[in-house]
Amino acid sequence: MQHNKRAVATGVALLSAIALAGCSAGGTTDSGTDAAACAPSEGDVTLEFTSWIPGIEDVVDMWNEENPDIQVAVQTGPNGNSGTYKSFFSQLEAGNAPDLGQIEYDALSSFRVQDGLENLAACEDVVAAEADFIPWTWGQVTLGTSDGVFGIPQDSGPMALFYRSDLFEQNGIEVPTTWEEFKEAAVKVREAGGYITNFSTGDINQFAGFVWQANGDWFTNDGDAWTVDLTAGPSTQVADYWQELLDEDLVSTYPAWTEEWNNAYNSGAVWGWNSAVWGANSISSGAPDTAGKWSVAPAPQWEAGGQSSGNWGGSSIAVFKGTDHLYEATKFALWLNTSEEALTALNTSANIYPATTEGLSLPSLQEGVEFYGGQKIYDVFAEAAEQVNPDFVWGPTMTQTYADVSDGFQKAVTGQGTLLEALEKAQASTISTLEAQGIPVAE
Amino acid sequence: MSMLTRTRGATADDLAPARSRGARESIFSRGAALLVMGVFTLYFLVPIWWLFIASTKDRGDLLTTPALWFAEWNFFTNVGDLISYGDGIYFRWLLNSIGYAVVGALLATVFAGMCGYALAKYRFPGRELFFNVVLGGVLVPATALALPLFLLFSQVNLTNTYWAVLLPSIVSPFGVYLSRIYAASSVPDELIEAGRIDGAGEVRTFFTVSVRLMTPALVTVFLFQFVSIWNNFFLPLIMLRSAELFPITYGLYSWNTQLNQIPELRTYVLTGSFLSIVPLIVAFLLLQRFWRNGLGSGSVK
Repeated sequence: MQHNKRAVATGVALLSAIALAGCSAGGTTDSGTDAAACAPSEGDVTLEFTSWIPGIEDVVDMWNEENPDIQVAVQTGPNGNSGTYKSFFSQLEAGNAPDLGQIEYDALSSFRVQDGLENLAACEDVVAAEADFIPWTWGQVTLGTSDGVFGIPQDSGPMALFYRSDLFEQNGIEVPTTWEEFKEAAVKVREAGGYITNFSTGDINQFAGFVWQANGDWFTNDGDAWTVDLTAGPSTQVADYWQELLDEDLVSTYPAWTEEWNNAYNSGAVWGWNSAVWGANSISSGAPDTAGKWSVAPAPQWEAGGQSSGNWGGSSIAVFKGTDHLYEATKFALWLNTSEEALTALNTSANIYPATTEGLSLPSLQEGVEFYGGQKIYDVFAEAAEQVNPDFVWGPTMTQTYADVSDGFQKAVTGQGTLLEALEKAQASTISTLEAQGIPVAE
Repeated sequence: MSMLTRTRGATADDLAPARSRGARESIFSRGAALLVMGVFTLYFLVPIWWLFIASTKDRGDLLTTPALWFAEWNFFTNVGDLISYGDGIYFRWLLNSIGYAVVGALLATVFAGMCGYALAKYRFPGRELFFNVVLGGVLVPATALALPLFLLFSQVNLTNTYWAVLLPSIVSPFGVYLSRIYAASSVPDELIEAGRIDGAGEVRTFFTVSVRLMTPALVTVFLFQFVSIWNNFFLPLIMLRSAELFPITYGLYSWNTQLNQIPELRTYVLTGSFLSIVPLIVAFLLLQRFWRNGLGSGSVK
């Protein structure tokens, strides 16, 4: 049975891109359920839901109280890439995956090519909910297909520029609005003894966010095959830009969230960070001594007056293949990610920044933040969220791509090779990884 | 094996004659040896010291005060916060770990002891083959087995239960190996013969006579297994989904991966890690006594 299922999984992986009727392809698995039918189950239902979000139990309790006939049991684990994805894949292989699971956007494709996800487009409520979500987050869960929905967006990570307003002011440095100004400011900050930002060589999502903002597109899926282009115009432009900053020692390269990194921010060695909305929390927890001295500005643009933003992070709630309760599962996932009570609870317990347009105006996001000198920083992010390119798609083998890019970036920082060379290498190895997994690649 | 040679070496290295010859040893070589030992002791103790210091600080002091010396004493506040966070889940994890490690290590020791003893003292066809297979087992890393085990346990619906972690822990190929070598050299055939003549069954002879002679090896097996279960991480990662079943290592790890979202967790992880090594130290100190006694009685004979 297992072998059979595996063969089917590979076959479906090949076909699923073509099979735009999506749901029908899933009918070949052994669960016996008709995935296409999104109908209520009879009797009481208990759903299994795996998530690593702190405090998720309390939010689910709210649901359980109001919905005695659809109970949700929460299971937990470490952050996705730190272990939970691995166990999702083993559970799928063993045929006992939970009904619902937390999956970050950049990992969704991997689950889909392994035929691990139900197509939620079978459920009317899900299709109708599209209008509630910020357009690009919906793009993240449709995975570039026209009638597939493989998760309900949960949170997003629109990017902006965090900076030490006190130090910028003291040194007469203006807040950069374009990348050109950013470099000029970086020179001035360096002259004053600091670094304007920290460039992440370990977490490639920051760089991907920059590429995303520049309208780059690393992966496209035309229904038959994947096109990989890590070095297209915008990617090269971004890589060259940061290469210059690195060559001239204008940015630091501490590994994020380490003690070193915290210290650099806490002691004022680094004056800014191009990061996502959740970065607000990283800074305030890592650099408590600098409270009140930070501000947030919109991300620097490639063209003066441009209005484009990148994204770093964010996740969705997906329904795993083999569930017997597709209808109930999507009902819960929609409540969790669209209802004001759930979004407020998620925001206060785990700083989840909602993916719905309505969610951006949660009361808890309207207040000034003390750490940022009372600035209403979430206004900046709400605006950024609307400016993210909706078409950016992640590939199905991101773990490998990240690892290769990261290796190359770390070398580039020490003067061996360049960022662009790292991308070129990762491009080649990504294509060979896709081919090795039997995923068709377009040339 | 290294453990065995080391313990045996310790008995042979009787202290009295060494001391009488001490005058002839050059002060230099002795000093050098002490220096090397001192450096390594520091090397091993500094991280623990750091952990202890870190667990006495609040989150702000952690970053801003010297890493190896005290700031404001917040240890008990930290412990209090740690214990109350998430409905006291930390305490539950600690109990789970103790449960997994004590029960698992005890059973593993009993089975390994019996198996090693049988291999050493009974002749039967296929004995060497069996032993070699067990030896091969020593070479297979536990992580490589986790996934196949998961698939097996899924078949019988035992994933995400206590059994999923406990059952694989009661197997110790290294323990079998050590028990066999030790039983062969420390349990004289004559004693077993005598037991048989006196009318004791094999099982009774084993439990009343042989086990005592094998104590040092068994304690070693227990300790090794205890530590490896305590530190086992990959198996729970693959098997467990419910937080109330987690052992302490896995629980702390899952907190650690959430630092971005919940910064308070940093102090909990540090304090939690510090507290989690206490049972290990206690186990070592308590068992070391048995270990030495066993060795002493062996050397007198």
